[in-house]
Amino acid sequence: MGVAFQIRNLNVYYGQHQVLYDVNMDIRERAVTAIIGPSGCGKSTLLRCLNRMHDLQPGVRITGEVRFKGKNIYDDDVDPMEIRYRIGMVFQKPNPFPKSIFENVAFGPRINGYRGNLNELVERCLRQAALWDEVKDRLHKSALSLSGGQQQRLCLARALAVEPEVILMDEPASALDPISTAKLEDLILELKSRYTIVLVTHNMQQAGRVADETAFFLNGRLIEMGPTRQMFANPREKKTEEYLTGRFG
Amino acid sequence: MANAAAGGRDLRVSPRWREAQKRRERWIGWLLLAAGLVSVLTTAGIVLTLTVDTVQFFRHVSLWEFLTDDRWTPLFTPKHFGILPLLNGTFLVAVGSALIAVPLGLGSAIYLSEYASDRVRRVVKPLLEILAGIPTVVYGYFALTYITPLLRRYIEDLEVFNALSACIAVGVMIIPTVSSLSEDAMVAVPRSLREAAYALGATRLEVALKVVVPAAFSGIVAAIILAVSRAVGESMIVALAAGSTPKLTLNPLESIQTMTGFIVQVSQGDVGYDTVEYYSIYAVGMALFLITLLMNLLARWVVRRYQGGERA
Repeated sequence: MGVAFQIRNLNVYYGQHQVLYDVNMDIRERAVTAIIGPSGCGKSTLLRCLNRMHDLQPGVRITGEVRFKGKNIYDDDVDPMEIRYRIGMVFQKPNPFPKSIFENVAFGPRINGYRGNLNELVERCLRQAALWDEVKDRLHKSALSLSGGQQQRLCLARALAVEPEVILMDEPASALDPISTAKLEDLILELKSRYTIVLVTHNMQQAGRVADETAFFLNGRLIEMGPTRQMFANPREKKTEEYLTGRFG
Repeated sequence: MANAAAGGRDLRVSPRWREAQKRRERWIGWLLLAAGLVSVLTTAGIVLTLTVDTVQFFRHVSLWEFLTDDRWTPLFTPKHFGILPLLNGTFLVAVGSALIAVPLGLGSAIYLSEYASDRVRRVVKPLLEILAGIPTVVYGYFALTYITPLLRRYIEDLEVFNALSACIAVGVMIIPTVSSLSEDAMVAVPRSLREAAYALGATRLEVALKVVVPAAFSGIVAAIILAVSRAVGESMIVALAAGSTPKLTLNPLESIQTMTGFIVQVSQGDVGYDTVEYYSIYAVGMALFLITLLMNLLARWVVRRYQGGERA
């Protein structure tokens, strides 16, 4: 199994305030890695370092390296647009564009100059996101007419449409009901054979259900990382055990 | 009142005090209503005068002639009262100024909302809005004494009074209307939509043009319609710089006259009361009023319709 990301001595500051301290971790290819921890521990910040989303926010400073397939994505000769094209993202709250269902999925391929058959691509992505049967008769209706769970699967289909290698998910189920959440988790398990998935969640059960590996963060530091089952059964660190048993968080 | 305030604990007040307070509240209500009524009544009064004197005008001139005659010469004989040349002038200035204000205004709105840092925005936005505060008579003289001579250096056939200079001055004047309202609409587009597009590998320009502008479309269209209706109603610039030659032309290098320009010309006072010429300004005013009213309704309709589409 290859390694998708090697994170080395990563520090992140919002202005004067440091949010991540000396993070070192490897993220496996074609596996689901969960990042867990209480609110404010820096897990979303870490996720956004992986596709340079912080570039868009003034006042964020990053030191250290994030190597994607061996190349530090923060090097000067790296095009952030290319990074975000190869590393897709699904956000906490469903954020479809106020356009039709079809246009939402077609957006990424269009701006990246896709030359193949767009109809086929849209259908394939909607099928992969387990949404096709629900929307095939109303592809040209507004995406905002879908339910929250459907919108989130549409956002996943939209991310899949540019054929990324990695999908970053920032608490993708936090705005969904239990049934939609279960559907999304099934999808994650299906997709991991082809994609590297990094999943931020504050829901430990969710991490337990879908993640091959889990990393536990607290106050901006990586406390422990390992195979999920092993970490949940036998945490090495006292803090991890306390969090997993619900003593705080 | 002293009774109630004393100690701050006693919640009871005397019936007399309560009565006095009720009376005072009622008075304040009346006063505020009166303040609101002033503008409502003024509008009603204006519409009434316009209507009465427009009716007077149409006793002398048929509606058919007014709408179809292609000459407007109320001040010479033979008199003609065809509004088409004036409409043409207004149309020319509205379209010409929109051609200037829409690209520049939208460009600056996109810059301010998508490219500028907070610090730049805080400086540039108020500066841009100053343009809206310059008296239009200043724009008019600027057009006549600066823009026209400058243009005449490059365009030989340009007349001293011409539509082009007026279009440029009116266009600059309405830039802040376009930019400020469009920017408000664009800033209101949720950050999450921008992030969604960036996460797909979009560039700043793609995010601006393919996500932000479409999502803010209704606000932008409303801003443009409002700006154009300001151009239609603008009078000092066109009176000073565009000339007073009502004619059917699309050539911006010639002297023309707009509806507002004509009203200014006649209002200067050489025309006798109770003459057809006098009443003609009311007919023109009525036409102007209807056009701007229609544009305002259109703007409202666009806002409501597209916002509905975005939410549904």
